Parts: sequence; C-alpha cells; structure tokens
Amino acid sequence: MSGPGRTRGSSTRYTQMTKEERRASLRLLGSLLKPYKWQLVGLSTIVVLAQLASVASPAIIAWGIDNGIPALLEGNATPAVAASVAHIAAALVGGGLMYVFIRWNMTIGQHMLFGLRKRLFLHSQRLDMKFHETYASGRTVARQTSDMDALANLLNSGLDIMVGSVLQMVFTMVLIVTMDVPSGVVMAGLLIPATMLTIWFQKRSSVIYRQIQTNSARLISHFVETVSGIRAVKSYRRQRANGERYEQLAEDHRQSSLRSIQLFGIYQPTLRWLSTITIAAVLTVGGFRVLGDELQVGVLVALVLYARRFFQPIDEIANFYNTFQSAVAALEKISGLMAEESSVTDPEDPVELADVQGEIVFDDVSFRYDDELPLALHPTSLHVPAGQTVAIVGSTGAGKSTIAKLMARFYDVTDGSITLDGVNLKDLDMETLTDHIVMVTQESYLFSGSVANNIALGNPEASREEIEAAAAIIGADTFIQRLPQ
Amino acid sequence: MIAAMARLWRIIAPIRTRLYLGLLVTIGASVVGLMIPQVLEVLVNNLNSSPTAATVWIAGGVVVALGLVEAVLLWLRRVFAIGPSTNTEREMRVRFYNWILDMPVAFHNDWGSGQLLSRAQQDVTQIRRWIAFGMIMMVSSAATVLVGIYMMSRSSILLAGIFLVVVPPIIWLTYRFQREFSILTRRSQDLNGEISTTVEQSVQGIRVLKAFGRSKQALEKFQITAGALRDNEVRKATTTARFDMFMMALPETVLGISLLVGLFQVNSGGMNVGQLASFFATATLVVGPTRMLGMLFGQAVNATTALERYFEVMDSENTIVSPDHPVAIDFANATGELVMEDVRFRFPDAAQDQPDMFQGVDLHIRPGETMALVGVTGNGKSTLLQLVPRIFDITGGRIIIDGVSVHDMDLDDLRRLTAFAFEDTTLFSSSVRDNVLLGVDPELPDAVQKEIAWEALHAADADFVVDLIHGIETRIGEEGFSLSGGQRQRIALARAIAARPSLLLLDDPLSALDTKTEERVIDQLKMVLDNTTTFIIAHRSSTVSLADRVALLDHGKITAVGTHQELLRSSPRYRYIMATNTAGSHEVNL
Repeated sequence: MSGPGRTRGSSTRYTQMTKEERRASLRLLGSLLKPYKWQLVGLSTIVVLAQLASVASPAIIAWGIDNGIPALLEGNATPAVAASVAHIAAALVGGGLMYVFIRWNMTIGQHMLFGLRKRLFLHSQRLDMKFHETYASGRTVARQTSDMDALANLLNSGLDIMVGSVLQMVFTMVLIVTMDVPSGVVMAGLLIPATMLTIWFQKRSSVIYRQIQTNSARLISHFVETVSGIRAVKSYRRQRANGERYEQLAEDHRQSSLRSIQLFGIYQPTLRWLSTITIAAVLTVGGFRVLGDELQVGVLVALVLYARRFFQPIDEIANFYNTFQSAVAALEKISGLMAEESSVTDPEDPVELADVQGEIVFDDVSFRYDDELPLALHPTSLHVPAGQTVAIVGSTGAGKSTIAKLMARFYDVTDGSITLDGVNLKDLDMETLTDHIVMVTQESYLFSGSVANNIALGNPEASREEIEAAAAIIGADTFIQRLPQ
Repeated sequence: MIAAMARLWRIIAPIRTRLYLGLLVTIGASVVGLMIPQVLEVLVNNLNSSPTAATVWIAGGVVVALGLVEAVLLWLRRVFAIGPSTNTEREMRVRFYNWILDMPVAFHNDWGSGQLLSRAQQDVTQIRRWIAFGMIMMVSSAATVLVGIYMMSRSSILLAGIFLVVVPPIIWLTYRFQREFSILTRRSQDLNGEISTTVEQSVQGIRVLKAFGRSKQALEKFQITAGALRDNEVRKATTTARFDMFMMALPETVLGISLLVGLFQVNSGGMNVGQLASFFATATLVVGPTRMLGMLFGQAVNATTALERYFEVMDSENTIVSPDHPVAIDFANATGELVMEDVRFRFPDAAQDQPDMFQGVDLHIRPGETMALVGVTGNGKSTLLQLVPRIFDITGGRIIIDGVSVHDMDLDDLRRLTAFAFEDTTLFSSSVRDNVLLGVDPELPDAVQKEIAWEALHAADADFVVDLIHGIETRIGEEGFSLSGGQRQRIALARAIAARPSLLLLDDPLSALDTKTEERVIDQLKMVLDNTTTFIIAHRSSTVSLADRVALLDHGKITAVGTHQELLRSSPRYRYIMATNTAGSHEVNL
C-alpha cells in the first residue's frame, strides 16, 4: 500500500527557485569553500604568476631584438644572454607553477566534491519516508548523479581553463597596451566582432546541442528497449520494422550532429580569419609607427606574436560560461535537497535496550500522512505480548501496512504512542530500533551483489550456515543451488 | 591495428574521394597559414632597409587575403570530409543494430544491453571522429610540421635544427599523455557508473534499507567508490599537470636558446632580423600541429580499440538462422499440433559437470488442445517453452509443429505460427494499440486491426484500457503514466492473443493477477483457447483448470501427462507440487 497523496504538491514545491533558495545555495557553496580559504588564496597567487610567465615570451623576444642586437654590435653580449636566460627562466617557472596550480586546484576541488557527495548521500538516507514518497526517486538520484556531474565538470574543465584563459587575455592586453597603445586599441576593437561572433555561436550551438541530446537520447532508448525486449522482438517478428525505425532515428541524430558540425565550420574559420585580420591590422598600424620612428621593430614582432594568441582563449571562456551556468543550477537543486529536514529524528537522550522481549503496545495510535489528509489509521490500541505471532487482516487500504510502517518508524504517529517493551519508539535510537524491529516489505527489492549478501542485509555478520538456513526456511534453497555460483 | 584499419579502409571506400579532397584543402590551409610569417619577414626587413608606406599597405593586405583563403579552406575541409563521414557513422550504426537484432537471445544474454549500446554509440562515434578528423589531421599535421621546419630552415638551418630536437619529445609526450588520460577517463566513467548504481539502489531500496537499518553500511560502500573516483580524478589532474608543464617548458626553453643563437647569427650576418622574426612566428604555428601529431597517435590507438570492439560483435556467429530451403507453411490449415521428440537442451555456458537441462522430453499436444506445464520453480519450464519458437535452440531431438520440424521452417514463418506471452512483460514505449498489434499484419485495414485489438484486450480482461487518459492510444512509459504489473501482464496477454497464432505459448500469464481478476481472465480465456492449441505454464491450480491436460516436468523430463484429476490421483509428485505452489501463493498474497 502506498501512502495517499504521495504526489501531492511535490511538483510545484521544488521547481521554482526563490531568492531564499538562491541564498541557501550560496551558503552551501560558502560552507564548501570555507575550509580551503587559505589554500584558495595561495592558488590564486600561483595562477597569476604562472600566467604572467606564460605571456612573457614575445615581450622578452622583442626586448632581445631591440636591445640585444645593438649591444652585440658593440661587442656586449650581456643583454642577449639576459634575454635568453629570462626566456628560459620564464618557461621553466611557468611550467612548474602550472603543474602546481592544476594539481592543487584539482585536489581541492575533488576533496570538496567528495565531501559534498558524502553529505548528500547521508542526508538522503536520513530523510524520512514521507519525503521519499513525495520527492520522486528519480530526482533524488539526479541530485546525486547528474547534478554532481555538472559540478564535477566545472572543476574538471572549467576553473583552471577559465582562470587561466581570462588571465591570459587580460595580461596579453595589458602588455600590448604598455608596449604600444594604438595597437592595443586596434586589438581591443577587433575583440568586439570576435565576442559577437562567439555569442552568436554559443546561442546557436546550445540550441543544436539540445537537439543532439534529445535525438541521441531517443536513439539510445530505442536501442536499449529493443535489446532488452529482444525475446518479444523476435517472437513477434519485429526485427525489420524496428530496423527501419532505428535507421530513421539514426538519421535524425546524424542531421543534428551535422548541423552542429556545420555551425562550428562557420565559427572556427571566421574566428581564425578575425585573428589573422588582427595580425594584419597590427602589422599595418605598427608598420606605420615604425616608419614614423615611434616603434621599434622588435616590439612589432612581439605584437604580431601576441595577436596570434590573443583570440585563442575566447572560445574556452564562452564554453566556461555554459559549464558555469549548469553548475550553478545544479548547486541550487542540491541545496534544495539539503534543505529538506527529516521529521523522524533520533532522540537527544536515547534509551538503551538491553534484553529485548518484543512486547508491542499501540496506545490509541492514529496517523495521517499529511495535515490536510484524512486519517490513514483511526485511533487504534493493540497489545502484542512478547513472542506472539499476530496476523492483521483487512480490506485493501484499511491501514494494515501503515501499522507495520509505524512500528518500523518509517513515520511518526500523529497521536498516541507505540512502545517496545514499555519504551516509546521515539525514545530509541534508530539504530537500536532497527536492530530489534525488522520489516519485510511487499516490494522485493534486491541489491546488486551476491545472493548471500542480499539475504544477510539485515545482519552483515551472519555466517554462511546462517544464511543457508535462512534460505532453507523460506524454501529458496533449491533454486539458489541451481544458480551458476 | 593494421587489420582493423584495413577493414575500415574498405568501409570508407564510397567516401574516399571526398576524404582525399578534405586532406588536400587541409594541407592547403596549413601552407597558406605558414605564408603569413613570411610576410612578416619581408616587412621587417623592408622596415630595416628602405621603408615605404606602400610596403606596409601591401603587407597588411596580403595577410588579410591569406587569412581569407585559409578560412575558406578550413571551411571546405568540413564540407568535404565531415559531412560524408556522418553517413558512414549512421550506416555502421544501423548495420550493427540490424545485425544484433538477428542474433539469438543467448547472444544477448552473454553480451548484455550495456555492452552492445556502448559499441553502437561511443565506439561508432569514435570511429567517425577518426575518419573525419583523425586520418586527415594526421597527414596534414605531419605536412604542416615538415613545411614549417622547411620554412624555418630558410631563415636559419641551425635554428631549424634546434627546433627539430624538440619535435620528437613533444610527439612522444603527447602520445603518452593521450593514452594515459583516456585510460584514466574510462576508469572514471566506470566509477561514475558504479556511483550511479549505488545511489539508485540506495534511493529505490530506501524502504528495505530503513527497515533493516542499513544506511550506514550503504554509506560506507558509497564512500569507497566515491573515494576511488576522487583519487582517480586527482591522478588524472596530475597527469594533465605534468603534461601541461612539459608542453609549456619544453618549446619555450628551446625558443629561449634559439633567441640567443638567433641574435648572435644576426650579429654575425648569418641571418637578418626579418628572418629571426619569421622564425619565431613560424615556430609558434608549428608547435600546435606537433602536439596534434602526438594526440593523433593516441587517437589512432583508441580508434583501433573502438574498431575491434565493433568488429568483435559483427564477427560473432549467428547460430539461429532460417534454413536455406525452408518448407512452405500452409497457414490456412495450420492446427498448431506440437510434438516434442527426445528434446535435449543445455545452455552453452552451463558448467561441465552439470547434467543437461532437458534429458529427452517427449510430449504431444493435439490440435486445439490446451496443455498446462507444471513443475517446481526454476526447473526450466520457461526455457522449454522458448525452445518452440527457437528463442533458444535444442541441443538434441526434434520439435515438430504440424508435421514440420521447426528447424525446417523459415524463422519468420515459425514465429507467425506461434505467439508468446512472457512472464516478464516487456511492453514497448508506444501506444497500447501498437503494443497489442505487435504481431498483427500491419497491411490489414485500420478498422480490422482495431477490432482485433479490442477483441484481444477483452479476452485478456484488459478493458481497463478504455479508462486510460487517451484510451487505446495512450502511450506506455510516458512520464507520469505507469501500469501496474497485473495491467501490463494482461496487455502482454492480449498481444499474444491478437497475433492469432496456431500455437499459443503462455508463460504463467496470470501470475501478477489477484484471484478475482484471474477468475475473470480465465473465463474469457477459456472461450478463446477453445480452438487454439495452447501450451501454458501454470503455478496455481486455478490456471491449471484452463487446461485439457497437464504435463509434469521433473528433473529434465516429462514424467506424467494427464488431466488434472488423473494426475492428482496417480502422481504423488504432482500432488506435492500443486500443494506447495498453492500454499506458497497464499503466503505471498498475505
């Protein structure tokens, strides 16, 4: 029997994000980051230094050309050697810092993620049955799987690329402006069409990406359905018809991936051309400035080298925006689940039960699943002496399984009390309770693992003999022996 | 590796021309890109000797034009190569699907749907990427590196030589990284899958976990997997970090050395400033394709694995096929008379010391008769039924329908003669109507089909379909709509009846029904089964009452055949089984 009203209110309750929930998700993020506060400060320093080292190269080359050659002509090799050493030092330091940054950043992120996974798992286990019956199980699973994946994505590809790419662009820009203001203006000007192009591409591609997702989900679910229902497919001679259907779905999938490829085929070469135009512009503007003796040749070379790299991170930054958005949405949903509270809680001073006899007393117990719902169990008193087997008989929906669920404390009684050996169930630790009261549910849910593990679920310390004895009692021994192992 | 690639080469025969064109434009794009540093060289030298405004304008213009040509060529690469490769992808996928659909059920049991799916999806996509991207980029990257080094050598042979030193380690490191990373990624995917399973079970089995107070143990198990994932991700990060470190330090260090050498060369007159500038610009352009080469070697290995996984399935032998010269079946006069002669069977993966599952089953079901099959749980009743439409193939003896061995019939004909209602009721996500009419000739007029569907639904006591949201057109499996086990079973039963077979095979089709519903279904079924030959697996005496005669399957043989009353009188084993089955069902219903 299922609790009445299991679907009530659940759909509207969790869809809308209010300001408060947004704050709750920020609080959750804060609590995740807090233990790593100083590590994060250290990380930020390292990434700034690493990126500075990585953008230094063209500037050093420019300095080498402009100062090294004249000095060499005068027989002074120091500037040339200095430039070379600086270049090598920047390379080594940059590389080393990069290593530290990526590794450290990821370690922090993964530990954070692990902590959150654990918290979420424990939390969902602690929530009462009332919650599990109203919140669709698929969503509880999604919070712990796909939403966690969205966060993991942010950590995996997102943060280091984002921080790295943005810093790289900013530093490049700053260096260019310090070397030559007009060239900086030209490059900043070309950033506008490049940004517009990227925004256009991102918008279009997110639409197409969703199409691909839908189409591939269809393709996959058709495949899985046919393959897992293969006996029915064969018995009813559906191979050919299903083959045609699959071909259609595969074609839809092809069309949408083709669209995505075509879109990228426009974006990528255009961005490349924009970057070449930037080189041309820098070359022309810088060329004239060299002509007017306002710029040295080495600086011009450096500007051209910078122009080549300048647009490279723009696509990554745009991608990051998507990753970031889905991670924020995921975080909001996760904090929504974390905000749920269990109504069935452990007592503050649990009563220890030493020698349990098993006497159960229902004293005027009534129960309703929800305040607005009628009573699922009308006031009931029942005395089960220790050692007795009692059968409860009644029509469907009379509340038979409710009685059992109340005993296992899936729910707390609305009125009255239930006692085990004279102790109120609410005064017992959940652990103590489940050690002494076990409910065999109607559903036969088996966990992946060996048959023995499933039988020993209630008592992990059970010996092989005990497990076999339990199987024999319910007559499951013969067919289990026939299984391969 | 070579064998797999050679087979792939044959598969892409129809699109090879397009791929060659794609390769050509890709190389073209690289060469055009490499011309840009040459412009820089000319301009810098010009600025150093006899600068004019015209050269500056020309240089800028030429770069813009080169960039445009490069962009167009890059665009053409996609037009030429990538479009056709998606066709190949689709074809490989469809061929795979049709192939496995023809494979016997035993094959599916061995492979599992997850394995087959990952081959049809990920592996085929990876192969497509290799065709459209990998193969072409491999050749064109190599070309770019060669042309680039040639261009550098025109600046200075010494500098080109220094740069050449760094090329092999970059390729090697990238290749190693790609391999390591893809192995770690696969491991992460596996662990992620494990986490999903654990989470799903912890949520769906929450009642059981709570009832037994086992949440803590579940958490411990979860923690182990999540911890393993965390460690693997950190390992992945370490690999990435190490790789990025080398990729930054190596080429830049070499460029630092080149800077010193270059400056001295300029000083000694071995080269000019323009050439030095163009060397650096070219080197920046060549580092990318060098890394790409290493990555592509790694991708080639992955693509080979994907190809081998694909071919592994496509090369498996189909053991259940139609005979070369099938006997023509007279459907109009088919009676469904079934004869089993000394039928033997064992699963191919059965242990050596295990006896055959069936050790010579003999049985005769007369035309129009309803025969119930009774036996203890797990003794192979379902398997015996599935031997008839060749879901599995017998390993000895003969199964004959209307005088023709099932092995002499075309598989389609055989399965048109028979219809099967399984105990696990697989319904497809389509309308109720489509599900019921699965075995019905789709060429029949709509009205006739509809009538067949309703008749069958009525016979299976599935009239509740009228009350569904969209009646018979309601889609099964849509969100928020699910049928109870008993409802699904009745629709599956209706499906078997609607196929109007000569021989109806029913695998305990009433197991999920409560006693009242079962009674109603049995009353309806009796009328339908009256003139259809039926072989039905029964656990409860109520189901047995449908049958004219009962066969008792015990220890791999039919040990008794007779009416329910006869067997109750003559067979102690039958009495025992009926008694325990009935008692058992009461316990379950409590």
